[in-house]
Amino acid sequence: MNWQDQFHLIGPALALFIGAGVVLAADITRPGRVPVWGLTLIAIAIAGLYTLWHSVTGTRGAAFDGAIVVDDFSIFFAFVIVTTAAAVTLASRDWAVTFDQTPEFFALLLVSAGAMLVLAQSVDLIMIFIALETTSIAQFVMAGIARDDRGSEAGLKYLLTGAVAAAVLLYGFVFLWGLAGTTELAGIAAFVAQGDEALRLPLMLAFVLVAAGFGFKMAIVPFHAWVPDVYQGAPIPVASFLSVASKAAGFAVVLRVFYVGLGGGGTFIADDWAIMFGVFAAASMLFGNLGALLQTNVKRLLGYSSIAQAGNIAVGLAAVAAGSTLGPSGVLFFIGTYVATNLGAFLTVLVVSQRLGSDELSAYAGLIRRSPVAASILALCLLSLTGIPPTAGFIAKVYVFNAAVRTDEMWLVALVAIAVVNTAISAYYYLRWVRTMILDAPADESSFAPSYAAQAALAAAAIGVIFVGLIPTPLMAAAQRAAEVLQ
Amino acid sequence: MLTLFILLPLAGAVMVLMLPQARAHEAKVVALLFAGAAFAVSIVAFVLLDRGAVGYQFVDRFEWIRAADAGFSIHYVVGMDGLSAPLVLLLGLLGTVSVLVSWNIELRAKEYFAYLLVLEAAVAGVFLSLDLIQFFLFWELELVPMYMLISIWGSGRKEYSAMKFLLFTLGGSAFMLVGFLLMGFSAGTFEIAELTAKAPTDAVVPLALIFWAIMLAFLVKLPVFPFHTWLPDAHTDAPTAVSVMLAGVLLKMGGYGILRIALPILPQQAHDSRFILAVLAAVSVIYGAIITLQQTDLKRLVAYSSVSHMGYVLLGVSAMGALGLSGAALQMFTHGAITGLLFVAVGLVYDRTHTREISQMSGLMHNMPLIGSVMVIAGLASLGLPGMAGFVAELTTFLGAMPSQPAATIAAIFGVVLSAGYILWMVQRVFHGPPSPRWAGLTDAGTWWERTAMGSLVVVILAVGIYPALLTDTVQAGIEPIVRIMEALA
Repeated sequence: MNWQDQFHLIGPALALFIGAGVVLAADITRPGRVPVWGLTLIAIAIAGLYTLWHSVTGTRGAAFDGAIVVDDFSIFFAFVIVTTAAAVTLASRDWAVTFDQTPEFFALLLVSAGAMLVLAQSVDLIMIFIALETTSIAQFVMAGIARDDRGSEAGLKYLLTGAVAAAVLLYGFVFLWGLAGTTELAGIAAFVAQGDEALRLPLMLAFVLVAAGFGFKMAIVPFHAWVPDVYQGAPIPVASFLSVASKAAGFAVVLRVFYVGLGGGGTFIADDWAIMFGVFAAASMLFGNLGALLQTNVKRLLGYSSIAQAGNIAVGLAAVAAGSTLGPSGVLFFIGTYVATNLGAFLTVLVVSQRLGSDELSAYAGLIRRSPVAASILALCLLSLTGIPPTAGFIAKVYVFNAAVRTDEMWLVALVAIAVVNTAISAYYYLRWVRTMILDAPADESSFAPSYAAQAALAAAAIGVIFVGLIPTPLMAAAQRAAEVLQ
Repeated sequence: MLTLFILLPLAGAVMVLMLPQARAHEAKVVALLFAGAAFAVSIVAFVLLDRGAVGYQFVDRFEWIRAADAGFSIHYVVGMDGLSAPLVLLLGLLGTVSVLVSWNIELRAKEYFAYLLVLEAAVAGVFLSLDLIQFFLFWELELVPMYMLISIWGSGRKEYSAMKFLLFTLGGSAFMLVGFLLMGFSAGTFEIAELTAKAPTDAVVPLALIFWAIMLAFLVKLPVFPFHTWLPDAHTDAPTAVSVMLAGVLLKMGGYGILRIALPILPQQAHDSRFILAVLAAVSVIYGAIITLQQTDLKRLVAYSSVSHMGYVLLGVSAMGALGLSGAALQMFTHGAITGLLFVAVGLVYDRTHTREISQMSGLMHNMPLIGSVMVIAGLASLGLPGMAGFVAELTTFLGAMPSQPAATIAAIFGVVLSAGYILWMVQRVFHGPPSPRWAGLTDAGTWWERTAMGSLVVVILAVGIYPALLTDTVQAGIEPIVRIMEALA
């Protein structure tokens, strides 16, 4: 394969990396006079169009000695990540003009998103690690970019836990490589398929370490401790990017490594990792929801909520491991709906907190009278996070829980029971927030409207939440196509 | 046609929301138009329903979520039979009545009527859905408007009550979802008709567990002791229209779910549990009645009487025979009409006195003979006076339940005595006695909307009481398939 074709396959990621370079270079040569916001959007738009081109022309294949592939799975996540980056950029407009590190922020955002695209395309442990570290390092800087006390604390905390997670992950990768003798996922899969009981313990050690490393990215319990502090301390655009894109990329790579590499259902260690993710799921939902119950800061609340939501997705992972045919598409479908829903929630918080000058829950009192658009969209997204129809969150939960029940495993049914009870718990804090916005008297009556760019991002998220809630079949079909290539 | 019954209130809600702020006072007119149109549809459907035919009629059906190759496909299916027809009619009527009794709402009127209409659409969806997932969707959808209606337009500890209502229902329905998924998986379909025809015989968990997971949601909604504590709070703090809807149709979602889903799909497990259900029913009747006797708040009194009266529904179900099930289905309709009327009357009294303390009222009959008379009619119907709707339902229930559950039935019959006690005592304290000078300036129900709301319900209660065949034919056609399933077991 010639080099043009190889680079063609990583075109979307390249567009973002080049965009990052252009943003930085432009700001160095003509500081303060370049519309970095627009440049960022253009780079993201090119990446999106490039992905669309891949998608519709049927461009599929492997590059770089089989370390990188373009398949329906990578394209699904490319759309997820590009959409997230675009929405975060659009909604950051108002925030960016008040902030003096704007070019750096947007360059880092582009680098991080580009590395995530590569991550979703990687089918080789070394490539996965490189892509994961590239996106993580950019995020460490983004988390601390505000350079105030809380921001520095957030950045440092994220860096330290992230470094430990990376080390643990690498340790796990080394075990896998040592056992299988290859870093390619397909090779590892072939090795596991022929494996026997003697390999069980070493393999378990390897995948527990790997899961711990990825658990940090997915923000599932017990690798979640950084989440509330970082979400609260980091600027809100960063937190929304972390909670959506980074989490989605984490689940993407876990699906690749575990489902492709370790095999779902059939292999002799499938039950072990099924139960591991089952425990993570139950713990994430419980800790996430109980932690969120008492929060008064909306960023911390969304932090805990995203831990609980990751638990819901992990229910799907457990179903994948238990051999559910609906499991992989369930995970992908849930991620798709989660992206729209959580983006809507986080971006509204971004827009609103900017105007309110506070991200305490009490500041949201009577928001419906001050900014009906923002309050309605936020309420819609909170209902979707709870899982109340006719929103996307409802269908996603039914789909994933259905996948888990269909494995015919008693313990997965019990896990679903835990999950639905958690849904009831989560209703308390999500709806308390809705109530605050609609019922309580506002502190002052001045009304405001988000900028048009932000409104576009919010409207897109809201339309996504409602559309998928009413007509879920297109997204479901896309998720199933993407899941099929993993088998 | 039935889809129209769901869509009309929804369209009304959209229309109401689109009214410009300056014309917000017209929201009630728009809402009345759409609720009335839905009521007309429900009348047409009720009249056209073929009582002789078996199975669902007026079915609308299309594939909603298609992932059939992976074994996950959900249909949108609505249909009606003799079991749901009376409830749909009742919903159409009470939907209209609830708009009428809200005629004075000024606070955020657009939102209020929009939520009221969405509530009607959601309950309609529950009564008409023939797919478990779709049923669950509407079941959950109903929570949002209820929560808002109680917590914004309610009184007293309205936010506490609204949240309590919400968490109780969500907690119950959480288990219902697990049960539905398990049933759908073991039978390979979510459609109620197919599940009823081919009952699941095996699942990963014992079927009895699935039965109780589903029943929990229905028992909470009904509500049955010990899951009833949300009801008095929600009723007391809700605005009048919402109390009417809550007592009139929302509680029936529980009974309807038992008759439509729990019994026909898991008949063996239902049969095995009938004694427990009978005990729960008897306890609810007696406990509810005793608590009702002690109430000093007029609205709370009516609310607790609902706990007692919905116990009859469960008692009829626990008999699992033709008469008992007919009684349960009839009791759902008559209780809806009677308690709806009681709440209308209580609401009208409260609008005038601004207190619900029974001890502070006396001799109100002098000032408001019309409201008083209506209260007496509703009260007599509620305590089961022959010639009124309540009598027909209760007698059928007792006759049906007596052979199989004698102890529970005798206990429940004692509940009738208690209900005569609390109803008559309440009427006597509030409306009779010496007129209090404090209430001398009060006026009777004079406006057209007050009279229409009360009049329509009085007509229904008397009509069913005098000529029960209006309803019994339909109900018997509806429960016949269930009876056949249950008798096949015995």
